Amino acid sequence: MNFIQWALSPWGERIPIHISWDLLWAAAIAGVLFLVVHAIYVGYWAKPADESVDESTLAAARVPERVARHSFLARAYHWVMAACMFVLLFTAFLPKVGVKFSWVKIHWTAGIVLTIIVLYHIIHSTFWQDFWAIWPDKQDVVDASRRFRRAMGEAAPPPKKFGKYPLENKLFHLSVLCAGLAVIFTGFFMMFRVRTPFFTRNPYLFSDMTWGVIYVLHGLAGVIFVALIVIHIYFALRPEKFFLTKSMIFGWISRERYLGHYDPERWPVDEGVREAGQSKAPEVVS
Amino acid sequence: MAVIHDVMPAFELFQPVTIEDALTLLARYGAQAWVLAGGLDSFDWFADRIKRPAVVVDLSQIKELSGVRSVGDGLEIGAMTTLTEVVRHPILRQKYSLLTEAAEAAASPQIRNQGTIGGNVSQDARCWYYRGGWTCYRAGGNMCYADTPTGMNREHAILGADRCVAVNPSDTAPALIVLDAKMVIRTPRGERVVDAEDYFIGPGTDITRLTILRPGDLLTAIRIPSTWAGAPFYFEKVRDRNVWDFALVNVASAIVTSGKAIERMRLAVNGVAAHPLRLKAVEAAVLGKPRNEETAEFAGKLAIQGAEPLQYNGYKVPLMRNLVKRAIRGAVAEEAA
Repeated sequence: MNFIQWALSPWGERIPIHISWDLLWAAAIAGVLFLVVHAIYVGYWAKPADESVDESTLAAARVPERVARHSFLARAYHWVMAACMFVLLFTAFLPKVGVKFSWVKIHWTAGIVLTIIVLYHIIHSTFWQDFWAIWPDKQDVVDASRRFRRAMGEAAPPPKKFGKYPLENKLFHLSVLCAGLAVIFTGFFMMFRVRTPFFTRNPYLFSDMTWGVIYVLHGLAGVIFVALIVIHIYFALRPEKFFLTKSMIFGWISRERYLGHYDPERWPVDEGVREAGQSKAPEVVS
Repeated sequence: MAVIHDVMPAFELFQPVTIEDALTLLARYGAQAWVLAGGLDSFDWFADRIKRPAVVVDLSQIKELSGVRSVGDGLEIGAMTTLTEVVRHPILRQKYSLLTEAAEAAASPQIRNQGTIGGNVSQDARCWYYRGGWTCYRAGGNMCYADTPTGMNREHAILGADRCVAVNPSDTAPALIVLDAKMVIRTPRGERVVDAEDYFIGPGTDITRLTILRPGDLLTAIRIPSTWAGAPFYFEKVRDRNVWDFALVNVASAIVTSGKAIERMRLAVNGVAAHPLRLKAVEAAVLGKPRNEETAEFAGKLAIQGAEPLQYNGYKVPLMRNLVKRAIRGAVAEEAA
């Protein structure tokens, strides 16, 4: 299997033209393999997490029954981005697997919507949200090391509970960030190769080699998204994570989940309330 | 780069005698197999060593693919029927002269003796960058060399371009669309019958093909219903060399009038897009209108709406406009005569 398809330019140079479409299947298989291995690991080896919270803690905690996790705008962003992603992936890859339809205009239209909402997200998360909440920090590394050592049967201090986002969420976000920026940057320039109302078409904007690299990066990021989305949907549907999926719909998690999974010091409930656009904490929803 | 070699690359040749055998071979070899009809498109590719199929399935020995037969209220033309046979067929000449005119306009007598109607409608694009072996969009790459500021695009598309700007070169295609012909396709999953209009596809749908035929599919026949039999037709092809050339633009029409008004009409052009275009907007707009210069003028202007000429093919816009005008006037004049 080749990773890249090469061709000869009119000047006889060997240039990349795009990734090998076999990588699409490789990415899909990698995503499925990951979830199979993870499901087996969780089913047979992993120790169940202790999520119990005793009644006295619940009573003592000044935490509302429903803890706001995602604001309406954050949820709307997530689902619009999800819709864009599906449109982009289906329009990109269905024709490659034999489903033929007129896809180019739909693809770049969805790409433009994705670009706009990602710009919105960057601004919103920078100035109106806790920007650093989604980035891995020193505590995440320490806790990950402790979890790994304990999973291997070694003696290690118990890890802290998570902040608002567990390390795996942060790493997933980082992966999506890298792949997303790659498709957006390359996709922006690729729009100069097709006819759109926005730019004057200019196939000579870059050299053939640079264009080839742009196409390869775009394709590569696209197939990486296939694997990422398979994994993301898998975790979204896992029973122990489903409350997070529900929170992306309804905006909140229960007090029990909050106290069972999260460290109030690292994710103070006030923050969640503030994010939900409310002025007073805590919110009590019965 | 296209270089004419003395010898074609080696391939395994099969000459099945039944459609079933041909389909079995196509199923067995999939995308490695090349369907050979008259060979006039295929041998160019092979001689230039641009296409190098491992297997060639020659349809010339399949008798059931040749000839013109009566079917229901119309005719069925086998896909391997030569263009000369189409041109000379008495019923086709009498009732469907649009098709015989279009077939007669294709290439030269020698080529029409060898070329088939199935091959004529299924032939590949003639863009010289593509035929020259450049890794363009149509060849699986990420570039259209014709759609560049310095690209040689005099013969290319003015409508419906989507990355690739090559045009469909068939002369019989617009005639078949006007006649409401049905393409009979045998696939590994059975027989499909599609409208001629839907047989051709643009680069937005699949940039590497001009028709809906996939590996393993076989066009076996073309059925022409009696819908337009005997109607006043008009066909005109404009080319650089009248003796033997591909169309710059061609036009086909059928018009049925009631009194002075246009009652039914079909109009199609080719050479302006990656697939022959049926001008439905024009058809709808002129229905019920009187047959006169004003209507023809209006139709011509409407036909070119949305045209986006390239660097060197701006002449196609007035050419298409005038051919549409002439198609309407010509058909009208013919009926009046």
